[in-house]
Amino acid sequence: MSETLAKLAFPKCVRIESKPHLFCPGCGHPEVLKAFGFAVDELGLQRQVAFGVDIGCSLLAFDFFNIDTIETHHGRTVPVMVGIKRGNPQAISVAYVGDGGAYAIGMGSLLNAAIRDENILTIVVNNAVYAMTGGQEAPTTLPGTKTATTPYGADNHFVKGPDLIRHLNPTAWIARGITTRQLGLRKLMKEALEFVKEGKGFAFLEVLSPCTLNWGTIEDPHATFDILENKMASVYKLGHF
Amino acid sequence: MGNEVLARAARAAGATAMYGYPITPGSEVLLWWAKEAGSEKGKKEGMVFVQAEDEIGASFMLLGSVMAGRRSFTVTAGPGNVLMQDAFSMCEAMRIPIVAYINQRGGPSTSTVIYSQSEVTLTAFGGNGNGYRIVYAPSNLQELYDYGIKAFNTAWKYRFPTFLLADGYQAKMMGEVEIYDPHARGIEMVDTERYLLEEKRDRPIDQVVPKPEVHIRLQDGVEYSCYRNCLNLEEETLQVNMEIKEAWDKVAYEIEEHESYGPGQAETLIIASGIVGAAAKQACDQLGGKARLFRPITLRPFPAEALKAAIKGAKRLIVPESAIAQLSRLVKEILYGVTDAPMIEYHRPSIGINVDEIVDLVNRHHV
Repeated sequence: MSETLAKLAFPKCVRIESKPHLFCPGCGHPEVLKAFGFAVDELGLQRQVAFGVDIGCSLLAFDFFNIDTIETHHGRTVPVMVGIKRGNPQAISVAYVGDGGAYAIGMGSLLNAAIRDENILTIVVNNAVYAMTGGQEAPTTLPGTKTATTPYGADNHFVKGPDLIRHLNPTAWIARGITTRQLGLRKLMKEALEFVKEGKGFAFLEVLSPCTLNWGTIEDPHATFDILENKMASVYKLGHF
Repeated sequence: MGNEVLARAARAAGATAMYGYPITPGSEVLLWWAKEAGSEKGKKEGMVFVQAEDEIGASFMLLGSVMAGRRSFTVTAGPGNVLMQDAFSMCEAMRIPIVAYINQRGGPSTSTVIYSQSEVTLTAFGGNGNGYRIVYAPSNLQELYDYGIKAFNTAWKYRFPTFLLADGYQAKMMGEVEIYDPHARGIEMVDTERYLLEEKRDRPIDQVVPKPEVHIRLQDGVEYSCYRNCLNLEEETLQVNMEIKEAWDKVAYEIEEHESYGPGQAETLIIASGIVGAAAKQACDQLGGKARLFRPITLRPFPAEALKAAIKGAKRLIVPESAIAQLSRLVKEILYGVTDAPMIEYHRPSIGINVDEIVDLVNRHHV
């Protein structure tokens, strides 16, 4: 990619040498990361952010930026980033996790970080599936969806993270965005980063994001949009909580 | 109480952060630290205390805090020690110098909250890879303090996770301890360093963290550090393992410590650690020259050459421990092919071993 084009397409804090990125065609992660990067640029936080990525597809973000980054361990990104913030109060500590890492294996740590009002930002990329391990059911998988571990369709129960966290923490900054609205996502990222920068407590942003590979829509963008915009966004409401 | 001694040791060592989850017999360390961190002086110094959601959370917070460059520690026991192995394994992979005080309790599983030596294998060899870690086994209250301080220096000097493996008896024991300021004794604490957001390093971070796990990027004259915990190729994992082993092999001999006690000509060599080692020392005094003691102070790295030297002239070895074959397994590994002397193993899992028992044991086998 030419340097000029790259500068137009990407935030300054993005590491150009690691592009093209490692995500699948049509994956939502790059959109989320791009929005985050633009917000970091705008607030001038490139040298203050400590960025923690979970195991799962989010780990592929380990070399997305020129930002100090730590690839942690599955479900453990929130406590690691809590420790980094407690250890270095000047750090803007950001946990970047998938819906499995946040709402299944890492749920205990996530909820308790919210209860303690830890001064970190947690970004959850919700694609309603365990993507890297091959398309198994996630706590966010919608009823009836067939996944690798729900061959007859998922049950009727699923988690709404932002609602749950609002119950636990009345003062936290909480919102849900979607990858198909890049400018809105940038705005949310900026608000969230400002909130933690000002030491106001726990910030939580969930982003609805497509997984074309495990949704079986890699060659059908219309189907991808239909699942994301119609099925997911109708259940998982967008906006502030 | 031993737990207060541990908390004071961490404070004297300059630790300013503790992350823990209450568990007997370690909870008093949390209590002491919570009081200290919340005091006016503690707040002024920016001391940190977090009572985590569980031991998994506590240990990963500890890991993060240490990567942020803060001298930090935890305390745990038994099932908590099991849960923390996940984070300790990551500390081994990235050479993160956490310090953990472990007070052994009964096992397997919840069992008793009182005492054992059943966490030797877990503490020295836990984790899901070929990890390297340092384990001190103190034998009395004064050593809880001395090695409680030393653990921080060892961890930060060598950049390996470091453990103080005590037990429930020592944790709850009352007694006199000389509390001192390490600086007044000429003990200088090794400087800490940030893994992330560090402005200036004393040595390049890729000389500490295995190369496949750290990438340094330069943009506009600023260095950015990115750490990987997930590797793509077997060859990368091989390199990580070999780099860690190489770093360990260079320094292990400097870290090893042991105590030899009793007359050199004694025919029976007792090999015991921790509080059982303290009992064995008294037994040697009562046995009038029949027995001597070899007490490994570091269970890892085990003082192998010192043990090989100590067994010379011994007609029998006695290994008493409050566990089933955890210390004796380490001893056998070192002595394979080195001696013909028989080894008498005395296993009392989760039960204290007193001086009289050891005296009887030696007399029974003395010809």
